[in-house]
Amino acid sequence: MSLPLVVFLPFLGALAAPLFAQGGRTAIAIAASVPAIVALAALYPHWSTLAEGGVILHSYQWLPAVGLSFSFRLDGLSLLFALLILVIGLLIILYARYYLKAKENVGKFYALLLCFMGSMLGIVLSSNLLLMMIFWELTSLTSFLLISFWTHKQDARRGARMALAVTGGGGLALLAGILIIGNIVGSFELDDVLAAGDLIKAHSLYPVALTLVLLGAFTKSAQFPFHFWLPHAMQAPTPVSAYLHSATMVKAGIFLMARLYPALAGTEQWFYMVSFTGMATLLIGAYVAMFKHDLKGLLAHSTVSHLGLITLLFGMGTQLAAVAAVFHVINHAIFKASLFMAAGIIDHETGTRDMRRINGLWRYMPHTATLAMVAASSMAGVPLLNGFLSKEMFFAESLQLNLPGIWAWLPPLVATLAGIFAVAYSARFIHDVFFNGKPVDLPIYPPHEPPRYMKIPVEILVFACIMVGVFPALSVGPLLYAAASATLGGTVPEYHLAILHGFNLPLMMSFAAFFGGLLMYSQRQRFFDFHARFREIDEKAVFEAAISRVVALANRFTARIENGSLQRYTMLLLLSVIAVAIAPLMQLGIFVGESGLSPIDWPTLVGIGVLIICAFATAALHRERFYALVLLSVVGLLVALGFARFSAPDLAMTQLSVEVVTIVLLMLALYYMPSWTPLETTPSRRVRDIAIALAAGVGMTVVTLAMLTQPFTSISEFFLENSKPGGGGTNVVNVILVDFRGFDTLGEITVLAIAALGIYAMLKNTALTPPPGDGQGHAWTRDAYPLMLRQIARPMLPLALMVSAYIFLRGHNLPGGGFIAGLITAVALILQYIASGMIWTQDRVPFRYHNVIGLGLLFATIAGAGSYAFGYPFLTSTFDYISWPVVGKFEVASALVFDLGVYLTVIGATLLALVSIGRLSPHSAIKSKKEGA
Amino acid sequence: MELAFALAIGALTASGVYLLLRARTFPVVVGLTLLSYGVNLFLFSSGRLVTGGQPIIGSTAGYSDPLPQALVLTAIVIGFAMTAFVVVLALRNLADHEDDHVDGRQSSTAPKPNADKEVSGK
Repeated sequence: MSLPLVVFLPFLGALAAPLFAQGGRTAIAIAASVPAIVALAALYPHWSTLAEGGVILHSYQWLPAVGLSFSFRLDGLSLLFALLILVIGLLIILYARYYLKAKENVGKFYALLLCFMGSMLGIVLSSNLLLMMIFWELTSLTSFLLISFWTHKQDARRGARMALAVTGGGGLALLAGILIIGNIVGSFELDDVLAAGDLIKAHSLYPVALTLVLLGAFTKSAQFPFHFWLPHAMQAPTPVSAYLHSATMVKAGIFLMARLYPALAGTEQWFYMVSFTGMATLLIGAYVAMFKHDLKGLLAHSTVSHLGLITLLFGMGTQLAAVAAVFHVINHAIFKASLFMAAGIIDHETGTRDMRRINGLWRYMPHTATLAMVAASSMAGVPLLNGFLSKEMFFAESLQLNLPGIWAWLPPLVATLAGIFAVAYSARFIHDVFFNGKPVDLPIYPPHEPPRYMKIPVEILVFACIMVGVFPALSVGPLLYAAASATLGGTVPEYHLAILHGFNLPLMMSFAAFFGGLLMYSQRQRFFDFHARFREIDEKAVFEAAISRVVALANRFTARIENGSLQRYTMLLLLSVIAVAIAPLMQLGIFVGESGLSPIDWPTLVGIGVLIICAFATAALHRERFYALVLLSVVGLLVALGFARFSAPDLAMTQLSVEVVTIVLLMLALYYMPSWTPLETTPSRRVRDIAIALAAGVGMTVVTLAMLTQPFTSISEFFLENSKPGGGGTNVVNVILVDFRGFDTLGEITVLAIAALGIYAMLKNTALTPPPGDGQGHAWTRDAYPLMLRQIARPMLPLALMVSAYIFLRGHNLPGGGFIAGLITAVALILQYIASGMIWTQDRVPFRYHNVIGLGLLFATIAGAGSYAFGYPFLTSTFDYISWPVVGKFEVASALVFDLGVYLTVIGATLLALVSIGRLSPHSAIKSKKEGA
Repeated sequence: MELAFALAIGALTASGVYLLLRARTFPVVVGLTLLSYGVNLFLFSSGRLVTGGQPIIGSTAGYSDPLPQALVLTAIVIGFAMTAFVVVLALRNLADHEDDHVDGRQSSTAPKPNADKEVSGK
């Protein structure tokens, strides 16, 4: 339980901390430090287990289906990072108390800081790689929010955006890499992944996975060529820079390399990618740091350089190098965090960070100056300080690399060169800021020492620098051993922590670096002149320009695709369907399956022939809308006949009644519309459309032919066998609709109802004036309701209602049912509207069709929910048999109530749609007000 | 028989697709209707072409597959609802624009879509 607690306490603290913002900065700082202190206390009991190389696992199920579990793991390496995060976090909380001004939003600041702390602990304590990924992204997000904490500064917002784009992009690559690894191993649990190192390295996807994971690590840890975001992240408040961008978050990439070291390292690819990236970053960072006039800019580039150093150590692939890397992680975090805090104090007290203006501060703040100088000496690698020890190990390791021929000189050379630069920029930090004449034009003058407590975090860290530097084995020895053993998977090489290892080559390199660096600093003006010859690249401008180019490209692309033309969209949609389908269809060819073709009889052939002709004729004559409609109705009727011919009586009846309603609907619409379509397209456009249409038609023919001639198995045996005993009906189609798949039907009638209500809503306040004639000069007939039609239609109504009742009742056993009966009733009513007009009919059929729809849905739902009363699941049906005269013996099932719901919904929906359209013309709109009143 | 049936589906699809690509609403609605005939027949034919095998228990020796029939039955009704909805959209378009072009505007007086807006944050 204690590990999830450690991770989630800071998040809880983030929720609680803003509540203390009212109490002032001290209150909130105390509140914010509680989670970190409790977390440290929770970790303490585990130390004895971890020191012996043990591992603590706390695991809970989360989404086992995708391999995501809520599992946390504590070993030496994660303990080391957790301690860095918590201890430095505590110091930062104290420091920020004095750094922030009272009027600033301290609640937000501490909440974000604690969120970050929790996310970072999540990364280092997660045992599941997917879980780690979630925390990884959370650190990117919290970092974004913290960099842009001063939201009014444009530079801060831009820097934050750049950091998010780079680290977020790397996060995506990392996710892909993790998914590949999980796929290879079959698990995302760290223990499984670490144990499967050989499997991963032998897999053909190993290079891809490694590249993706390293992309994630390199972007996060600001490795060349992704290093540019880190200096721009320095727009953040200094506590954030000290915490996220030197001590913890930028080490997440390093942590990842250490964590997956047993699983991924040890190959040539690892060696070249990691060590050369590290070498480039080491040199570039150190070189640029020398020329930065901004105090934090210098420190940021120095951080880049040191991150490169650690990466290079991991890339070397030897066990001793990995130990040195872990050691330098500790040392760098300590001295760099203290330097950032010192830089923050200087900024705070002088109002500027420009080293050309802040000079000679020794006189004004000797205490801070002493602390900063010790820390900077550690950064330079001066003996008796912690930076010296790990740098010495680094020099030693750089000599051990077995590169071929002359290349063997490269690592020590790079190492020494970077050492020279490190000494030079450290010397600049010390000499420029604290000596070198008098301050120039400071915004705050005279500067003085900061509040007493603001220096305490710096003092603690500087003390640690000295302790580790003088008593390495006593101070960090056990922790380093536990962390190194966890990194290397249990085996730790022989190494010796001592202040001096005798007079050897690495020491010579240190001397060279030290005196070379001092010489370089003394000759700095020449270097500055040399550097000034090159135009400085403003990464921010380049980045912003790149982003706007991408946005512009996306806009152009969108504008081309999305030009507001429905015709264009339809064409693109159809073309992409054809493009996807064409290759498999070509392969299929004209395929006739095993069942072969069956002979055709003359009536069927004629029917199909007429259907095909009418279909093409509809398309060909579409500009004469009325003819097209007549031809369409022929097609629809032939389709109904086709259903009847091929053993689907229910479908035939449904199609027939729907066909009638559809044609009436289209006629009604056509009444308002132009009866003629103008010719707007060019012949070439029509040829193109015909080609698309033919491609679609041929494709469908080929697929249908292949399917029809293949034997098949169906799940319908179940329905055929259980229809009578289980559903109480012999019409299997109807039983499927109202019983087996009743829930689907409920959904479908709901859609029907929504469509009808949508139609009503769309037309509610719309008026359309129909054209005075049919478009060819003929006026409409004056006799709107012909006598003959009226006289025939009226007696039809009771007859039709009787038929529909009969069809409805027998539906369970013979073709029929709620859908068909509903449509027949609807057709009979529509006939009355057509024959006798809106007002006459409405007076005699005084229903509001909305209510009919509602009633129908209610019946269907009640029939379904009724089974709950008897302890059965939704829509369980029961049945019994009743005998009525004439109708005969029929079965009454609870499904009949359901079917009644279907029946009512179909009537209501159909009539609501048609009546809404019929009411459109102003003529009927005026009259229908009577009905509405 | 299968070939003729497949050709019928092909003809319905081709005519439907051609009409879908027209510029006025009414032909598009007609095209949608034709296309839904084709799709319904296609779905139905996944139960194969059976003569005299209506799925009424006890009425015949061998039954056709009732499942595609049940699917198509609801598809026909839903298809009608969709046609009605599209028809009404077309009518509403006509009422609002006094024109029945599918893009809701007269094709000759097409306004330029406002693209190329700068999105980068300032």
